[in-house]
Amino acid sequence: MTTRQLGAPIRRREDPRLLTGNGRYLDDLGAGALHAAFVRSTSAHARIVDIDITDAWEVEGVEAIYTYEDLEGPMAQPLPVLIPHPALTHARTGYALVNGEVNHVGEPVVMVVARDRYLAEDAAARIRVDYEALPVVVGVEAARSASVLVHDDAPGNVAAHLVQEVGDVEAALAAAPHTLTIPLTIERSACMPMEGKGVLARWDRDEQSMRMWSSTQTSTGVRAAVAARLELPLARIHCIAPDVGGGFGVKIVHPWAEELLVPWAARALGRDVKWTEDRREHFISSAHERAQLQEVTVGFDDDGVVLGLDVKVWHDNGAYTPYGIIVPIITSTQLLGPYKPGAYRCEFWSLYTNTVIVTPYRGAGRPQGVFAMERTMDAIAAHLGKDRADVREANFILPEEMPYDHGLMFQDGRPLKYDSGDFPASLAKLKALVGWDDFTAYRKQAEAAGRKVGLGIGCYVEGTGVGPYEAGHVQVETSGRVNVATGLTTQGQGHETAFAQIVADELGVRIEDVHVTTGDTRRMGYAVGTFASRAAVMSGNAIAFAAKAVREKALRIAADALEANPDDLEIEDGVISVKGAPGTSISLSSVAVLSNPLRYAFDEAAKAATQFAGTFDPDKPPVADGEEPGLEGKGVYSPTQATFANGMHAAIVETDPVTAEITILRYCVIHDCGVMINPLIVEGQVHGGVAQGVGGALYERMAYDESGQLLNASFMDFLMPYASEVPHVETDHLETPSPLNPLGIKGAGEAGCIPVSAVIASAIEDAEGFPILSMPISPSELWELRRQHATKGQS
Amino acid sequence: MTTTSFSSTGAEPFAADASIEPLLSISLRVNGAQHSAMAPARRLLSDFLRGELGLTGTHVGCEHGVCGACTVLFDGEPVRSCLMFAVSAQGHDVTTVEGLGNDPSHLSPVQQAFAECHALQCGFCTPGFLTTITAFLEQHPDPTPDEARECVSGNLCRCTGYQNIVKAVLRAAELRREAGAGEAWAAGASEAAKATRAAEEGTR
Repeated sequence: MTTRQLGAPIRRREDPRLLTGNGRYLDDLGAGALHAAFVRSTSAHARIVDIDITDAWEVEGVEAIYTYEDLEGPMAQPLPVLIPHPALTHARTGYALVNGEVNHVGEPVVMVVARDRYLAEDAAARIRVDYEALPVVVGVEAARSASVLVHDDAPGNVAAHLVQEVGDVEAALAAAPHTLTIPLTIERSACMPMEGKGVLARWDRDEQSMRMWSSTQTSTGVRAAVAARLELPLARIHCIAPDVGGGFGVKIVHPWAEELLVPWAARALGRDVKWTEDRREHFISSAHERAQLQEVTVGFDDDGVVLGLDVKVWHDNGAYTPYGIIVPIITSTQLLGPYKPGAYRCEFWSLYTNTVIVTPYRGAGRPQGVFAMERTMDAIAAHLGKDRADVREANFILPEEMPYDHGLMFQDGRPLKYDSGDFPASLAKLKALVGWDDFTAYRKQAEAAGRKVGLGIGCYVEGTGVGPYEAGHVQVETSGRVNVATGLTTQGQGHETAFAQIVADELGVRIEDVHVTTGDTRRMGYAVGTFASRAAVMSGNAIAFAAKAVREKALRIAADALEANPDDLEIEDGVISVKGAPGTSISLSSVAVLSNPLRYAFDEAAKAATQFAGTFDPDKPPVADGEEPGLEGKGVYSPTQATFANGMHAAIVETDPVTAEITILRYCVIHDCGVMINPLIVEGQVHGGVAQGVGGALYERMAYDESGQLLNASFMDFLMPYASEVPHVETDHLETPSPLNPLGIKGAGEAGCIPVSAVIASAIEDAEGFPILSMPISPSELWELRRQHATKGQS
Repeated sequence: MTTTSFSSTGAEPFAADASIEPLLSISLRVNGAQHSAMAPARRLLSDFLRGELGLTGTHVGCEHGVCGACTVLFDGEPVRSCLMFAVSAQGHDVTTVEGLGNDPSHLSPVQQAFAECHALQCGFCTPGFLTTITAFLEQHPDPTPDEARECVSGNLCRCTGYQNIVKAVLRAAELRREAGAGEAWAAGASEAAKATRAAEEGTR
């Protein structure tokens, strides 16, 4: 009896390939391709007066140099606003190559194509661009004050303004026994996948067709966008996401300028063209996230129960809004976490600045929202002198209140309605794991030794698995090999393993026989992409449906062959047999042969499917009515709403009494993503998320100067945590199945990073005894806060 | 300012063109085998391994020596191949991830430990960790958990949070010990890796 694969912590099937140098990442492909390099704007806000490329042509090996003036038709149009929204009244996007005005440092101005990247960069270095400087807007405060505009026709620097309100907030606040107003700040960080973006394009002159590879989170999206801009029939272009070295959100944005220019140049030159982003390019011309100013006003009763919550968010969206206002919408809705907010109003302004665009980075607005809510919970507890966990518990949505409808619209345009979750159980587990009730004694001990320690907590709910849909295809070859395809892409989540586990169970085959392909439009043309912790939920269920369809078909054919009732059959390890009569059986590979009636025999197995083989009933058509040839099936999963995962984290930190150095002593996670397909993979996702959260809480920030230059655009200066900075993460899981999908799963990809800034702020505040209102926080900032509070205490 | 142009050169892939820039003949031992290729003096070792020699297992994550993805063993010691010119490796011995084990069904102890411990997600930084850890365990066959963490603290990974990598260091040490001291790589290393090791021992 085969053991059930779903839920088993099996080792990843992609690993042996990736561990032995046999991965195929974008830059590993296209030997012999021409290489592109870009001249990027050195000014944050300016008009281009002149571009002088004369000297660049003197570099041997240069094949082409392009500026905006070389672009025609759709290629010359602004890049698309991918996610329009009625509140996004002043959407602005850049061009594939700058058309006159630059709005941040790093915009592509000139494209050079040469024999290799060294030569392309030699040539790019010889191109002179003259700028007429314009005043620059950096930071949310400057954007909000609007004394300078990023786009002349976007008044107040406002791209979007959205208010969502449930209940009468004014009245609730006025009636509340206690009110607090809390100003909060979060700075910029970025996804920073270890592999940057990259594009390779191959134009087939004979077929007049394009094949392209992109290090993307959506190959179907890139394909459609490139087809539109290059005016190619969709049938003449395919896009493949090869092995992708991490994404974390930045690679869902598309089409990047380079994703259009590289195939466009490949067609123009009739040569393979490749561009591989370098690290500096990734810093200054991809995307960032997180920066917001917030103001929370909360009204609550003597028990800490929130009666009214009024939140204002000023969101820095950078120079353009190609990905719409997804991030601030998520902040304003997911802020609510596991709590009932009473009357709630959230108002946000999405503001332009002359900096790199802001698009979703793992968590996608949730870390900021959770920061606002959890800082508020701690403030309530401090105000009332209550235990911080008790205040949270007093505001929880209870399991019996599920499904719980907040009455708001979520990022997918659908109701913010939680499907399941057991928040009191999660909190109980967290308190047990971290030793919540023993901390007072621990603190006393530490204080006696001259040490400062603090305990922090943070809770979140995460909408995962948003629609609109994903599709899966399962096909059994006559060899017994099972090919599985889904259109969304993979950038480290182990889809080759997790999806194979699902198919092994649903179809009844050995996992070794299952081969999964993701992100290849040749195999699956319909897909949305990998973002919003949606791959397992969306493609997992779609593939399960496809496998079920194949199973049913196999049983129909086998029932015919075995002269049995399909209901009496079972499939195990790729063999269909009559239940209770294991001798009466047929292999799935034989069924695959029978499923495709043949005229021509190319091998012994095929001979059994030919017209004179005598295996068919002469009174029936070779392919039965309503059937299709081949043992394959398709499934689509398209849910009415997102499924909501949740988690709670706690940390113990130590702050050095002299240097204000901050050390995380313990980090504990309770995580509930419903049914886990592979606990090993889920655990890994949580670890990685926490590490990114720690980076965002203590180390990472984008340091722009007032002229819009990013001062720390390298790994030397942007402090991504090493193993020495990331704590050991202690985890425990709850599995509250989602009632929304047959597998009962919820997404897990983003979870780990969501509450970390809130948790660390909570712990530092607990250690120091004064509020922490801005993250990330460095030792020197903490030291300065100590000084300010000491001065305040004296005055 | 209209600038499109077509040139008529039609050179072969990775055959660096001496008419464009002067080329040097670079000879070095990689994964136990002698290699020679022509490349300009400024070609980075990382680009030379990936381009001229087609060993794409070595990855380039930052090109300024911080991330460690491009780490190879240079005469047995871990070095950032993005911070070296290929010509500086003339006559030296280089081991890349392919040299640790290039056959997915035959993993070296460190590779095996990574698979067992789920110590990789996207896999892009992984080759640099594998080479670093392999060299470390040669010198420190029985590390403590703290030493294991310290040993990987010069490489960046954005996916795993390092926890399972640290676990894999300890597991790899265990596997090496199980395979017998001094015979560590023989447990599953490719022929090339064995040859590299023999060559390394020869140079000591």
